[in-house]
Amino acid sequence: MKYKDYYEILGVPKDATADVIKKAYRKLAHKYHPDVSKDPNGEEKFKDASEAYKTLKDPEARAAYDKLGSHRPGEDFQPPPDWGQQFGGGGGNFSFDDIDLSDLFAGLGGRGGGFRAGGQRGANFPIPGQDYEVTAPITVEDAYGGTELDLNLSVPEYDEHGRMHRVPLVFKARIPKGVTDGERLRLPGKGGKGVNGGANGNLYLTIAMQPHPLYRVTGHDLYLDLPLAPWEAALGASVEVPTLGGSVRLKVPAGTNTGQKLRLGKRGLPKRREGEGDLFAIVQIVVPPAPTDREKALFKDLAQASTFNPRASFPTGDGT
Amino acid sequence: MKTEPADAQWLHEHAEVSFEELAELSGLSPELLRELVDYGALVPVNVRSEKWTFATERVVAVRTVSRLHQDFDLDANALSVALNLVERIHGLEAQLQQLQSQFPVMRIKR
Repeated sequence: MKYKDYYEILGVPKDATADVIKKAYRKLAHKYHPDVSKDPNGEEKFKDASEAYKTLKDPEARAAYDKLGSHRPGEDFQPPPDWGQQFGGGGGNFSFDDIDLSDLFAGLGGRGGGFRAGGQRGANFPIPGQDYEVTAPITVEDAYGGTELDLNLSVPEYDEHGRMHRVPLVFKARIPKGVTDGERLRLPGKGGKGVNGGANGNLYLTIAMQPHPLYRVTGHDLYLDLPLAPWEAALGASVEVPTLGGSVRLKVPAGTNTGQKLRLGKRGLPKRREGEGDLFAIVQIVVPPAPTDREKALFKDLAQASTFNPRASFPTGDGT
Repeated sequence: MKTEPADAQWLHEHAEVSFEELAELSGLSPELLRELVDYGALVPVNVRSEKWTFATERVVAVRTVSRLHQDFDLDANALSVALNLVERIHGLEAQLQQLQSQFPVMRIKR
């Protein structure tokens, strides 16, 4: 088991009063709480602060923590031999190797917080399992056809002494076709295991659509940049466009401009009940990056022959 | 270890949960939840009914404020404000994402 210095995490001295500890925790919570902070590493930091606070705010848990003695943060250590009898409630022959420091105090005093097992050492009443929230990255192709996700979680589980162990939880979740970005799904009973007949927790999945090299997703609609050569845009063309269901031919009308959207009906993502979104091809006019001499000559001819002024809407240069 | 895939339930505007279910799913006490309704932050689908139900799309926001309640000791009044703001942020993020996806990206291979 690795040692964590809860006082150092909260930035308070070892003899800090409960009030000082509370203030230090709140300050960190304002800074790092994942629902409030934009710090990408905020969640990790908040977890540490919250773990430290949960233990230190409770006199019984704080006393138990203090009895562990001082160690360097991250140092591997074993609690003193009599620690288990004094605070663990269970027998003395208990392995501390596969558990996290916070797990030691999960069964002690503190209520509230994420773990609802507090203060019930050895008691036989039902404790509901914990809920988990997980982001599920899926590809646009997954959303198109539906998928099965392999979920790999490391979750806390309680033993008969009310102590917590981390166990791997691996299962498949069926993601129906038609999910969209940011959508939420609930998997009932797939959260933490309940103890003493308590109901299992829930698992919440937030769908995070992975960026796709071609398509951008809005709801069930797909947006695709459609590069066109200037002559294709001016004269019209029939171009091949990739869709999730295979390539289709798209007729580009003559006189198409950059930014114009060409709609391919029902070529987007399937919807929940029925129907599909659309695919929009957004025109981008692209010039040859390295034109040949011949191409240059033809463009010059065009420049000479054309009376087209693309900036007709600008005020004239002489200020009149 | 089970290998049978678990089925997921949608959380969207058409499905509903009861008052008791929402309390259980969010971890908020029924008293606090009732206060959120009293303050107008949480509006049941059927306000006039004896048995309130709520759109499941609100479950996640209510869970968020439930965490704020636990981690910041917020009272019902503060939670009502937070719930409003959290749902507005969710809405704005979705809108922003939609607009961004329509914005053409220049990608020219050379």
